[in-house]
Amino acid sequence: MIPPGAFLLVAAVLFALGVLAFFIKKDLLTQFMAVEVMLNAGNLALLAMAKASGLAAGQVIVLFVITVAAAEAVIGLAIIVLIFRQRRTIRTDELKDLRG
Amino acid sequence: MAWAVFVILSVLCIGSVLAMIVSRNQAHNALFLVLAFSCLGGLFGLLDAPFAAAAQVLVYAGAIMVLFLFAIMMFNLREPAPREKRRLRTLLAAVLGLVLFAELAVAGLRALAPGSAPPAGPEGLAGLGRLLFTEYLYAFEITSLLILAALVGALALAGKKEGA
Repeated sequence: MIPPGAFLLVAAVLFALGVLAFFIKKDLLTQFMAVEVMLNAGNLALLAMAKASGLAAGQVIVLFVITVAAAEAVIGLAIIVLIFRQRRTIRTDELKDLRG
Repeated sequence: MAWAVFVILSVLCIGSVLAMIVSRNQAHNALFLVLAFSCLGGLFGLLDAPFAAAAQVLVYAGAIMVLFLFAIMMFNLREPAPREKRRLRTLLAAVLGLVLFAELAVAGLRALAPGSAPPAGPEGLAGLGRLLFTEYLYAFEITSLLILAALVGALALAGKKEGA
C-alpha cells in the first residue's frame, strides 16, 4: 500500500519540471508539450487526493480534465500551425512583435 | 511489489520529462512525452483508477501525441534548435521550479496530514459511470459541446487555404 503522499510528491516534481521546461525551451511546440506535462501532474494529484479521501468525484474530474486537454491541444496546435504559416518560424525568440 | 512498480514508473516518467528538457529534437521530445504519459497511466492504475489509466494511454499517449507528431511533420524543421545560450534564464527557471516544487510539496503533504479519512469501499467502474451520468450529467453534456466547438474552431483556424 503506497501512501498517497508519494504520488503527490511525484506530481509536484512533474509540475515543477513542466514549468522549468516551459521557461527553458524556446520553440512553441515544446513549450506546449510542457503545458501538457503540467496538466498531467495536476491529474495525478487529483487522483492521489481521490484515493486519500475515498471520493470517486476526483476520478470524474480527471476525465473532464483529459477531455478539455484534448480540445485545448487541438486549438493550440491549430494556432501554432497558423503562426508557422505566416512567419515560417515557431521560435519564440524570433516572434517578438509585441515587445516594446 | 507495488512499491517496485511505483518507483520504476515514477523514475521513468520523471526521467523522460528530464530528457525532454535536455533534448533539442522536437520529434524526440514528443516520443519522450509518449513514454512519460504511458508511465503516468501506470501510476493512475496504481491509484485504483483503471478508467483514468485507460483514458490516459488512449487519449494522451495515443491521440494527443500523434497530433503533436503530425504538427512536427507539417513544420518540417530541418535543423535541430540551436543550443540555448542564456544561462541566466535557465538559472532563473531552475530557481522558480525549485520554489514551486517546495510549495507544492508542502501544500500537498499538509492537505493529507489531518485525519486521513478511511477510504470508502471501492466503487469501481459502475460507480464512476453512475456518478458521471447523474451528478455530473450537465458537465458531461457541456464537454461534448466543448469538443464540437474545438473541432469547428480548429477547422476554421487551420483549414483556410494558403494566403486566404
